[in-house]
Amino acid sequence: MKAMTRIFLYLALVIIAGVTLAPLLWMLSASFMPRGEASVFPPPLIPVTFTLEHYIDLFTRGNLARYLFNSAFLSVCVTIISLVINSMAGYAFAKYRFPGRDSVFKLLVSSMIIPAQVTMLPLFLMLNKMGFINTYMGVIIPGMAGIFGIFLIRQFAASIPDSLIEAARIDGAGDFKIYWSIILPLCKPILITLGIFTFMGTWNDFLWPLIVMTDDSMYTLPVALANLSLEHVQDTELMMAGSVMTVAPVLILFAAVQKYYISGIMAGSVKE
Amino acid sequence: MGNRSHIRAALFFLAPALIAIGVFFFIPVIAAFVLSFTDFDIYSLANLEYARFTGFKNYTRIFDDPLFWKALKNTLYFLLIGGPLSVAVSLCAALLLNSRLIRFKTFFRLAYFTPVVTTLVAIAVVWRFVYHPRFGLLNYMLSWFGVSPVDWLGDPNWAMPAIILMAVWKNFGYNMIIFIAGLQNIPKELYEAASIDGASWWQQFRSITIPMLAPTTLFISIITMIGYFQLFAEPYVMTQGGPLNSTLSIVYYMYQMGFRWWNMGYSAALAFVLFALILIGSLIQSRIQKKTKIA
Repeated sequence: MKAMTRIFLYLALVIIAGVTLAPLLWMLSASFMPRGEASVFPPPLIPVTFTLEHYIDLFTRGNLARYLFNSAFLSVCVTIISLVINSMAGYAFAKYRFPGRDSVFKLLVSSMIIPAQVTMLPLFLMLNKMGFINTYMGVIIPGMAGIFGIFLIRQFAASIPDSLIEAARIDGAGDFKIYWSIILPLCKPILITLGIFTFMGTWNDFLWPLIVMTDDSMYTLPVALANLSLEHVQDTELMMAGSVMTVAPVLILFAAVQKYYISGIMAGSVKE
Repeated sequence: MGNRSHIRAALFFLAPALIAIGVFFFIPVIAAFVLSFTDFDIYSLANLEYARFTGFKNYTRIFDDPLFWKALKNTLYFLLIGGPLSVAVSLCAALLLNSRLIRFKTFFRLAYFTPVVTTLVAIAVVWRFVYHPRFGLLNYMLSWFGVSPVDWLGDPNWAMPAIILMAVWKNFGYNMIIFIAGLQNIPKELYEAASIDGASWWQQFRSITIPMLAPTTLFISIITMIGYFQLFAEPYVMTQGGPLNSTLSIVYYMYQMGFRWWNMGYSAALAFVLFALILIGSLIQSRIQKKTKIA
């Protein structure tokens, strides 16, 4: 009975794993097929002749290096800036006592339910007035601070014992010194988690860069890929190579840091 | 340490975040609300004086707009079928991975989670070919069972189910992780006691797992609902809202109205209708949850 159950469980697990991985493996495989090879019936699973021409095409005839740079640069900037700003605010909410603290924090947390789409039109008009449309600032500015990030850091920083901070203060450390050399190092796990979240979120984001970046040379990978896929509907293999180039960096990053990522989801879900 | 310098330090730490969030989040929210009562369009973009207050006209227009109702219907279809399906698949996967009978859990968990971290646009591009009527993997696999080819994304009846299937595939791993955390928090003694009393797996599942997971399930249902309300990239890449507007979503319609036709007043009103729907949806879910807890 137990053996039967076990076989059944493994069967289910393997089938689900097959379904989740098949489209990704097929994407990789088709990206190495010569033009037109994927468009036959039955669909070939492995390239008969292996080619890198689509990757070379994307770099030489397309603007892939530029898109890669745009995506990487924006993701790194947003991640670093928002980590600094959010950690400062999260620390202040956790460890300073000032009038209105709890009501401001409550207001922030409850406004998390407002969907970002609500802000997009006025934000576009504002950034347009400031001359930031079609610039890196157009993506960086709205990503500078995030309520979810402040929330995560506050929860984490609250568990740091006050005695540590008091001791540093008695030793003559100033407020910024305490934040920089005591709080930040202690918050490292949550900062790494939040950093990965922010990096991937910015990398994968689509709607906002689609709105702000109007010029091909400013496109991020998802925007460029969406554009490519609407123009070159027939070039299956080329588009698969583009998809691989878009997905691979985040997948590699995820593989390297998956422990932090997964623990972050659990931390974010334990609200209240 | 004077109280005043204490407050000054707090302000110093808070200022960057509060200014950034105030200027680039709260002001736009208020501005969008004001915008939704104007006829702001492409001419007002050049000269603000061309925008006039029109009262509730945008909102009344929404209710008379067949495309809005179509978009709402499609979004609710996606949400009410895709949401529960996604939560159910997540729970099943979490239960499988939580079983004491199996090994290689880390491998399976990683495999299931992989689609979550991938880029939605790239995935939509890939799935467009998975759904290809002649050369797609899905039709090929269905042909083993004698199913004749379906034009998934070209048939108004199948386009939304196809998008739902892809969305579930992409998202279920995320909620699965939260469910696993929830399952691990259930005290083992409860199951041991139930086994001693001779309760079957199904009885244990119904009277221990489900009630103990209720807070987790509520959290997951709400975040899934909020996410599913914002359907956009899938129809943008896979169907452009078609065929026959069968995959036009509220956010997609809002995007077209605002950033394609520059009817920004109307688009802002659509955004607030979306917000109201999300708010109502969250309230209904918490209410249902509370009721079932008392019962």
